[in-house]
Amino acid sequence: MNMDIISKILEGNVRAAARLMRGIEDGAPNAVEGLNSIYPHTGRAYIVGVTGAPGVGKSTLVDTLITAFRQENMTVGVVAIDPTSPFTGGAILGDRIRMQKHSTDQGVFIRSLAARGWTGGLSKAAISMIHVMDAMSKDIIFVETVGTGQAEIDITQVADTSIVILTPGMGDAIQMMKAGILEAADIFVINKADRDGANNLKMELQVMLEMKANLPGGWKPDIVLTEAIYDKGTGELVEEIFRHRQFLISSGGLEARRKQRAKLELIEAIESSIKSYIDAGIDKDYLEKLIDDLVQRKTNPHSAALKIINQSIKRVKPLLHNYI
Amino acid sequence: MMYIEKFLESIGTPAFIKRVLTEVRRRMNSETKLRVLIAKPGLDGHDRGVKVVARGYRDAGFEVIYTGLHQTPEQIVNTAIQEDVDLVGLSCLSGAHTYLFTEVVKQLREKGADDITVIGGGIIPEEDIPKLKQAGIKAIFLPGTPLDEIIKWTLGNVKPLHRLRASGK
Amino acid sequence: MFSDETLNQAHQGMEKWLEEVKKSSNDFQEGRRFSTVSDLDIKGIYTPEDIKDLDFDTRIGYPGSYPFTRGCQPTGYRGRVWTFRMFSGFGSAEDTNKRWHQLLKEGETGLSTAFDFPTLMGYDTDSPKARAECGKCGVAIDTLADFEVLTDKIPLDKVTTSMTINPPASVMWAMYLAVADKQGVSWDKVGGTIQNDMLKEFIAQKTFMCPPEPSIRLISDTIEFGTKYVPKWNTISISGYHIREAGSTAVQELAFTLADGIAYVQDVIDRKKLNVDAFASRLSFFFDSHIDFFEEIAKFRAARRMWAKIMRYRFKAKNPRSWWMRFHTQTAGCSLTAQQPFNNVIRTTTQALAAVLGGTQSLHTNSLDEVLALPSDFAVNIALRTQQIIAEETGVINTIDPLAGSYFVEALTNQIEEKAWEYIEKIDEMGGMLAAIDRGFPQTEIANAAYHFQQQIDSKQKVVVGVNKYVAGEAPIETLKIDEKLEAEQINRLREVKRVRDNRKVAQTLNELRLACQSDKNVMPYVVEATKQYATEQEICDVYREVFGEYRDPGFY
Repeated sequence: MNMDIISKILEGNVRAAARLMRGIEDGAPNAVEGLNSIYPHTGRAYIVGVTGAPGVGKSTLVDTLITAFRQENMTVGVVAIDPTSPFTGGAILGDRIRMQKHSTDQGVFIRSLAARGWTGGLSKAAISMIHVMDAMSKDIIFVETVGTGQAEIDITQVADTSIVILTPGMGDAIQMMKAGILEAADIFVINKADRDGANNLKMELQVMLEMKANLPGGWKPDIVLTEAIYDKGTGELVEEIFRHRQFLISSGGLEARRKQRAKLELIEAIESSIKSYIDAGIDKDYLEKLIDDLVQRKTNPHSAALKIINQSIKRVKPLLHNYI
Repeated sequence: MMYIEKFLESIGTPAFIKRVLTEVRRRMNSETKLRVLIAKPGLDGHDRGVKVVARGYRDAGFEVIYTGLHQTPEQIVNTAIQEDVDLVGLSCLSGAHTYLFTEVVKQLREKGADDITVIGGGIIPEEDIPKLKQAGIKAIFLPGTPLDEIIKWTLGNVKPLHRLRASGK
Repeated sequence: MFSDETLNQAHQGMEKWLEEVKKSSNDFQEGRRFSTVSDLDIKGIYTPEDIKDLDFDTRIGYPGSYPFTRGCQPTGYRGRVWTFRMFSGFGSAEDTNKRWHQLLKEGETGLSTAFDFPTLMGYDTDSPKARAECGKCGVAIDTLADFEVLTDKIPLDKVTTSMTINPPASVMWAMYLAVADKQGVSWDKVGGTIQNDMLKEFIAQKTFMCPPEPSIRLISDTIEFGTKYVPKWNTISISGYHIREAGSTAVQELAFTLADGIAYVQDVIDRKKLNVDAFASRLSFFFDSHIDFFEEIAKFRAARRMWAKIMRYRFKAKNPRSWWMRFHTQTAGCSLTAQQPFNNVIRTTTQALAAVLGGTQSLHTNSLDEVLALPSDFAVNIALRTQQIIAEETGVINTIDPLAGSYFVEALTNQIEEKAWEYIEKIDEMGGMLAAIDRGFPQTEIANAAYHFQQQIDSKQKVVVGVNKYVAGEAPIETLKIDEKLEAEQINRLREVKRVRDNRKVAQTLNELRLACQSDKNVMPYVVEATKQYATEQEICDVYREVFGEYRDPGFY
């Protein structure tokens, strides 16, 4: 990739960064190079995950957080992820509608992303986009994910601080508990706190949090009440984020998280590289033959897989250096 | 994509989606999605059309970013650049299209992003169309235009920009 | 309603008819679906069996009596024909005043004001947000000075005026009342309507300014003010038109409008502690008249019946006048086509007829060039004549609610009513319309219905003549053009007003308004004062924005 583009990204050029992000998302070959070039310049941004069921007010809340952090003179990045239609492969990405007042602020970069079938809430592309924004020197990056409950664990592995948003009357408290989100979230927000049931929800949540096993010296998540649409509670939430960050820094937790993140990225990169290496060598005719064999029960899936993997490695080995 | 078509058939999806999906499959590999920005510049609050078009694009496999109402040309242009879209679709039913649409094209050019295609729709008198095209709006879709005409035009005239850049165009 | 014997005969008749259908060479069921434009399936034939449970007295009854299915006034159109009220406005106040006088001369019997987008949104012509929008889809009004020109030589004690204005409704109404003062007409003689329906803005029309809660407070202020000082004025026109135009079905239009009405009535009762009978008779409604002839007629009849029930039993109003639903209708703009525009005359005619057979109190008929531009003189005349011909020549006004008792129309009225109640119950379960809007329920229903309809058109399941069938090449027609010089001229006029007025007094009145907004005083008297000092519309609206905050499109899709 053009080194000119890389230096532009490092300088914070929006167009160059947006282009690299697009390349990453669509798997353009030179995008990986670009990502590799900027990687050394990442690792500074503070990453905040924001998650919750559809309708809880994630985007509205992120909008208020953007304002608050801009007032702290910090630059902000937002990666907003919406689901892809499983039928058509298309998507309507509407998170940024509620953040549009920031669209002319040069210190804010909002990027909408379609999940593209990644039910894990966070796709590889999303993580790469975080890196690009990081390389642009964004101080804080919000990652707003598809709130499917179960899958939100993923974002907690990527974010430094994970915020989970609930609202009264949506019955999510129980669901969240089932999904294991209780263990993963660092801050709980009850949005639309003016609604009936807000206090009950808070109490329910407090009870559940107390029941959860807590390591001594561990982080005890707080519950913040907000009315994002009226910008109420934002101040407290910002303080909580800073408080958590401070805790992570002084307890060594930040280091640990970043190491964990690096490990996950490396493992993922290994796995996907291996897969693309093997995929590249698969002989389609042989694959078809194996499928027929399977149907006729002449072989079984695992044996068939080993056969074709072996054949693929033989075919690809000479060209190995092109794929990795 | 075959099973998708069969599934759609079984739930009774209209023919136009099937036609378009065939086109989509033919022209794009599954990783590359066209990104479209749909925007409402100015004070006009009629959003029935943009929401229908957004769904149409989504059902044709595009990724659509919708800005919401009451956007200034500056907001639209900044958004288009941040999102690296291939196409910007503008809608105006209040009569202010000449200024608003040409302003968007002008600012895209100023920011070095004039490789992004701009199209428009709404209540636009036929006699204003030449002026708009001269200013750089590639197509105007008037009331009564079927969705698949808009999508077909898009598939035929808009390419994913990063592919073009990668191949040196 | 029918004896067992009649029903038996009807049933046997049905069976025989079905046999004939099967034998017939005209294939009744070519696989084609017979449905309304809102997708309600319609049967081939309706018989007494379809309305066997309908009780004539309690469900159909007589005009002027509960449940008013057949109309609010016992005399119907024989007593008073509906008002020919043509929605109009464009360019400068002078341009519009001219068109108004013309329309009055041609026989319209009530005025209706269309404002331009900056005015609708509470911005002055010189605001950067107003760039290029001045006068393009309505008249530009910045101050009382413009309003005086707009109403020049219009006697406010003789003509009633409707104003399609929402967030700044209090401002426009204040200007109207200020003009009445100048004409020496006392406020108790002044009649008209302000649309003033913010809930449907959040749902459909999207000319909004402040968030829902304070918007409703302003509405309750105007309703209260009206009951005290301007008794003949309809301080709200609870609208379904825009909901329908945004793509909803007929049932949704009806249900969401009534749900909005419920929210408003509840708020006035709660906030102002007024007895429901004190204000209910000045609530008015506004519906669409779309292209499916019978669906619309049934919708209008169901609407009256439902509102009567809501007012009588839900809100326990005692005065029968409080149970009346009076409504204005506009023929459906969204059903008109840019292709072969003269076809639109026919569409508007059948839609107007449906509104009349549905018993509307006042009517606007769209012009044939509606999809292309604002109405030309030629086009608006035809639209007005359409109403006049229906009233004078067709004989439909000779008898009241002529379709009552029709097996089909009564069955359809019942069906639409039933489905609308389902929506209302659902909205009640959500906690009322405000809660439903907050979570995007009506907005998403509408967007889904709009897309569904578009798919039906694109796949030719629904036909639009000239667009997806009987398409032809055509010559363009002459349309109205707004002079581009207008914006600069209007800005100059505005500057002049600001130069000449007493700016100290303006600041004072605005400050008093601000204080009123911050308390729970009724804001109207302060708005009237401010407009009299020639405060601009935006200056007043900026006070609202400052105190109540601004609403931004949440973009439900």
